[in-house]
Amino acid sequence: MTLTREQKLRYNRHLILDGFGEQAQVKLLQSKVLLVGAGGLGSPVALYLAAAGVGTIGLVDGDMVSLTNLQRQVIHSTSSVGQLKVDSAAERIKELNPDVQVVKYPYFLTEDNAAGLIREYDFIIDGSDNFSTKYLVNDACVMEGKACSIGGILRYAGQLMTHVPGSACYRCLFPEPPAMNEVETCSMVGVLGSIAGMLGTVQATECIKYLTGTGELLTDALLTFDAISMRWNRLEFEHNPECALCGAHPTIKELVEYAFKPCSKRQKD
Amino acid sequence: MTVYSCPELFLCLNMKIRINSKETETGAATLMELAREMGLPAKGVAMAVNNRMVPRGEWSATSVREGEDIVIIKAVCGG
Repeated sequence: MTLTREQKLRYNRHLILDGFGEQAQVKLLQSKVLLVGAGGLGSPVALYLAAAGVGTIGLVDGDMVSLTNLQRQVIHSTSSVGQLKVDSAAERIKELNPDVQVVKYPYFLTEDNAAGLIREYDFIIDGSDNFSTKYLVNDACVMEGKACSIGGILRYAGQLMTHVPGSACYRCLFPEPPAMNEVETCSMVGVLGSIAGMLGTVQATECIKYLTGTGELLTDALLTFDAISMRWNRLEFEHNPECALCGAHPTIKELVEYAFKPCSKRQKD
Repeated sequence: MTVYSCPELFLCLNMKIRINSKETETGAATLMELAREMGLPAKGVAMAVNNRMVPRGEWSATSVREGEDIVIIKAVCGG
């Protein structure tokens, strides 16, 4: 694959970037990334991946744009309220970069469709708003041998990690989701909108690094961010040999959705 | 990891540690005791000592020492 004259201009700052160049750019153009959730985290991820020239972006989200989303979900606009998030996001991506092919999945990730969807992609980004989906993404990626980034935000803080085949998974750190009565959601306690950008752009960066083989990934570690103290903290951990999913004697062998949806759509977000 | 039992109880009280960057006093000898003292839930919480995560299975066997930097992280699901 050779870059067109226009592409050489569009991606110039990547092409002149030491350690990146045309080879990495071509890899991006030939890559497929699946975004689970086109909301707070998904917005900056989609915008930066589209601008960077990721060839195919799959969007999974069954939700519609609401007015309460716009405080942080920067890919959508006031005129897209009421539209499917995947439609609104796809339009913006196309406007930003016609090189990108968008595949829309206007429904939610479930135990029935997760493996099939994930299998088609090189890297999966979880930007969902509930534990049920986060564990589905993690479990499906481990089972399908896919790399992914899992992120979460709340109030003034956020956390994220990267998984590649063989590295620690989300369950190595958090074996099970919190009990339902312990779960706090953005619609319950709020979230500073810009936190989505801070964490989402790290997810996009990890994705680009993985696809192009650049630098060291955020594997076997959780990166946390707190805006109140303005501190990032990288906490190292190891693959847990007793992990029920990826340990020596796994007990989770098929995809099972957690029955409860702690951050469910029923709460209007 | 070795558990250092406290020879005299009073030595264990009012030990100063840092929890999530805040100086705190604790009487907890292990991470498990600290988790109980703080009323942490059974699921969705991780603890790190000096920037290394300690799996829940090792909390009982991990002693808390004066001056240690402990980070408690709750899994968050917003997106």
